[in-house]
Amino acid sequence: MNNLLWYILAFLVFPGLLFTSVFGLVVTWVDRKVSARVQWRAGPPFLQPFYDFFKLWHKELLIPSAGKKAGFLFAPLLGLTATTLLATIIGVTNIDPEFRFVGDVVVIMYLMILPPLSIVWGGFASGNPLSILGASREIKLMLGYELPFIIAVATVLFKVGTFSLGDIIQYQQVNGVLLTQPSMILAFVVALLCLQAKLGQVPFDIAEAECEIMEGPLLEYSGPALGIFKLMQAMLYVVVPWFIISLFWGGTSFHEWGILWSLLKYLVVVVIVVLIKNTNPRIRIDQAMKFFWSWATLLAVVAMILMFLGY
Amino acid sequence: MPKLSTKWIKKSPWVYHVGTGGCNNCDIEILDCLTPRFDVERFGIKLVVSPRHADVLLVSGPVTYHIKSRLQEVYQQVPKPCVVACIGACACSMGIFKDAYSVAGPVDRVIKEIDPNAIFVYVPGCPPKPETMIMALVKALQKI
Ligand code: SF4
Repeated sequence: MNNLLWYILAFLVFPGLLFTSVFGLVVTWVDRKVSARVQWRAGPPFLQPFYDFFKLWHKELLIPSAGKKAGFLFAPLLGLTATTLLATIIGVTNIDPEFRFVGDVVVIMYLMILPPLSIVWGGFASGNPLSILGASREIKLMLGYELPFIIAVATVLFKVGTFSLGDIIQYQQVNGVLLTQPSMILAFVVALLCLQAKLGQVPFDIAEAECEIMEGPLLEYSGPALGIFKLMQAMLYVVVPWFIISLFWGGTSFHEWGILWSLLKYLVVVVIVVLIKNTNPRIRIDQAMKFFWSWATLLAVVAMILMFLGY
Repeated sequence: MPKLSTKWIKKSPWVYHVGTGGCNNCDIEILDCLTPRFDVERFGIKLVVSPRHADVLLVSGPVTYHIKSRLQEVYQQVPKPCVVACIGACACSMGIFKDAYSVAGPVDRVIKEIDPNAIFVYVPGCPPKPETMIMALVKALQKI
């Protein structure tokens, strides 16, 4: 009973829904502020993402007449739940590496597919041609980046010889972080590229291209449903880098100075994402597929071979 | 329907731009507002691409007969509460197009046909300066 209460608390408050959403909205502000500074602007005030969210919450929710109501409303909730679950598993494992179940990395990989899938579902359910186009691009992009991402993650799994995130973090506590080895640096680079696509940031924001297909799958969403999608994207901004840091960079610690160091690691990853976003134009979907299936996959395979050779 | 609060809109007005047959000069001035020089993101103003996401409709130009039904449709697509900003003399009062054979009326009259309670902001000028538009929007939203 006590355990159950603890799990619910972990899911809803820390490190689940509440913590990740607040932190994610703050990170969205960091993103917008850094972008503004790169473009020589002043940028939005600190609470801007919160204002945006509360405003969306107070708006009307319109359901398109061509759409399917149930799927249209259910999709954002599915995405939010999956992201929260993801945050809970990764967070709890980082706080206490002893917490594990068989193959939690595999579960995390599957859960990470759910948020893009929920966007795809919402896009198809809204019945707008542009949304459907965006949703189909999202599927193609997913097919593209999943392959190199899985190979990069598998490199770590083979190196440590386990399927559990807790074991990987403990291994790094004993043997030093994985990021010091050449093969792991290569895999990390591949993971960062896939991170860019998973977050839907600029070179790979093909599915939501504002100026050609008008935010694609989110086009028909309004009010609270749009707010939930935006919140989900903000939470992904926390969760996916957190997973990559846990895999390659020793995870995060919640003791005294460890918090600062973890925050710094996280900020480095986020600032890399924002800088890539601000210095690159959007590419076409076929270019993205080609990039992920040739160069990124090649890089990941090279990392895997280097790892087996012992570098 | 429950009363929807306008409290948060003034903190993050997302704007959607509708051209209704002006001379295109106002539209260009609107685009000027969105450049880094004026940086409207300071006030949380953001250009969105779908009327479903919008809080403020920036309408420029007198409403021609062709565009009238479209403007009304776009207005209905915007989730309420929302504000209509009439940019330029044309949108406020038809300006130089007054009494032209192709013009259906100024923006407020056209929109009041379908929603008598719509909220309007008028920004006169031919075209108004970007500074004027930003100031009008920020001031008007404080008053709602
Ligand atoms: S107000 Fe003046 S500048 Fe603006 S659309 Fe009308 S004629 Fe053109």
